[in-house]
Amino acid sequence: MSEFGHKLIDGSESSLKSFLDNLPGVDKVGAEGRAAMLGTRSIKTTSKARAIDLAISMVDLTTLEGADTPGKVRSLCAKALRPDPTDSTVPHVGAICVYNDMVKVARDYLDSIGGQSIPVAAVSTAFPSGRASMEVKLRDTQDAIESGASEIDMVIDRGAFLSGKFGSVFDEIKEIKALCGEKAHLKVILETGELATYDNVRKASYLAMLAGADFIKTSTGKVSPAATPPVVLVMLEAVRDFFALTGKKIGVKPAGGIRTTKDAIKQLVLVNETTGPEWLTPKLFRIGASALLNDLLMQRMKLSNGRYSSANYVTVD
Amino acid sequence: MRIDVMKTYKLYIGGAFPRSESGRSYELKDKKGNFIANPALASRKDLRDAVVAAKSAFSGWSYATAYNRGQILYRMAEMLEGRTEQFVAEIKALEGVTDSVARKQVQDSIDLWVWYAGWSDKISTTSGGTNPIAGPYYNFTIPEPLGVVGVIADEKESLLGLTRGLAPVIASGNTAVLIASEKLPLSAISLAEVIATSDLPSGVVNILTGSKSELIPWLASHMEVDGIDISGADKKLDGEIKKAGTENLKRIYRFEKDASLKRILSFMEYKTVWHPIGI
Repeated sequence: MSEFGHKLIDGSESSLKSFLDNLPGVDKVGAEGRAAMLGTRSIKTTSKARAIDLAISMVDLTTLEGADTPGKVRSLCAKALRPDPTDSTVPHVGAICVYNDMVKVARDYLDSIGGQSIPVAAVSTAFPSGRASMEVKLRDTQDAIESGASEIDMVIDRGAFLSGKFGSVFDEIKEIKALCGEKAHLKVILETGELATYDNVRKASYLAMLAGADFIKTSTGKVSPAATPPVVLVMLEAVRDFFALTGKKIGVKPAGGIRTTKDAIKQLVLVNETTGPEWLTPKLFRIGASALLNDLLMQRMKLSNGRYSSANYVTVD
Repeated sequence: MRIDVMKTYKLYIGGAFPRSESGRSYELKDKKGNFIANPALASRKDLRDAVVAAKSAFSGWSYATAYNRGQILYRMAEMLEGRTEQFVAEIKALEGVTDSVARKQVQDSIDLWVWYAGWSDKISTTSGGTNPIAGPYYNFTIPEPLGVVGVIADEKESLLGLTRGLAPVIASGNTAVLIASEKLPLSAISLAEVIATSDLPSGVVNILTGSKSELIPWLASHMEVDGIDISGADKKLDGEIKKAGTENLKRIYRFEKDASLKRILSFMEYKTVWHPIGI
């Protein structure tokens, strides 16, 4: 159907269900084995330097705490633009990711310090649980876009997905996507930690892509496990195969549990080996994180001056 | 006939006993050339891991009450006493000394632990105090632990060499990364077994065995390390170590006396607090 830009489904719930149910199952042992094998790749010296800078440019610098204040969000924005104040060669991060009410604070401050090119992402649709009426979810998203968010990170209704109501999840994503239109990029959070199996991760990935997601994102960061390498591998494979079927490039955003440079580089290896180097850009791959940026900066210092760095030389948050 | 079960002497990092991440070990022989053990040959990455473990243990250990720290150090002395025979045997094997000399060394070490255990809750009273000032304020000065301190064990006496460096550093609330004696490392790893059973929180003491010349430069330049006791390092390296340590203003000291308050206070920082009177 031209409505979706592809002919995989005709828009009816039965065609969606039959498409998802006919997806091949994930070889659990194989996926875990491959992710583990790719995790042993050794990335050193100049390759490591390049990987670190790439990872920094892909970070969605996130603060999603009940205790967030405008002050904290502003300091995070300053850090997003100049991650290391002593070194101007460090690239800026991919985006700032905040709760709805902080979007305006972040947007205004970024604009005032020269960070116009850094997008602000808002978590939306009753994040992190997704338990609200559709009306509230739409209003929530509308509010974020009006405040200046150019990326929307929505959560899916995992309860509906797990009870097989694919149509209802599909419609929700479609409606939010329609609301986003050209104004905002839509990232769909699958919350893989609650989906129980890799088969479900694959199904949910396709479901989100079919419904119009620009990005599929692993987790909210509030549930553990989050972005484990095998889950990201399964999602990247779905993105690769979806590209082969439709010609559309969908982005992937692992979030939650990626705290060290080593973890981040493992993710980059997964991308390179699954979807290929075309996806190694902030346009198609992001890493949702907060503590990770400090570790990337410390590793960068270690590479440039040859001594192990200390947390005393990066920000507290 | 029974085959002896030989001990694998491993590292002690963050409360665990890992092998070196590099997979290396080196052969240790006694003075007559007989094989003794294959201790781990730690790499710079083991040192990095040890510093991370020490750093994360610092907040808990430095906030523990001084009394509690003293009790735990005393507990280590108790555990050492019970393991005297093991230490005596290891010291005899490596140093080639008589039974009574080895026993004396173990006993002196135990006494030294007890001595420093006693200091733990007396440092701030004897070295801090209230300062006379002309104004409506209370003014106190108290010594506080620095952070992560590197200790380079000397090459003369296995167990005593360790104790001299380690006990004063942790008594005040610092956490330590110890580079064991290259030739006499057995007591260091056996001491780790004592530490592991003495309620000392994981990461407060981390022990590396291996090549000092390989590890010391990384320790000296590490920005997370706040001080180093270089009493056990080759004197020729002093200049190099101090130069590498300037970047983060490390406290780097070489001590002469076995037991002294100076060993404790050298790795402490004085903090002065002004507090208004009458509010």
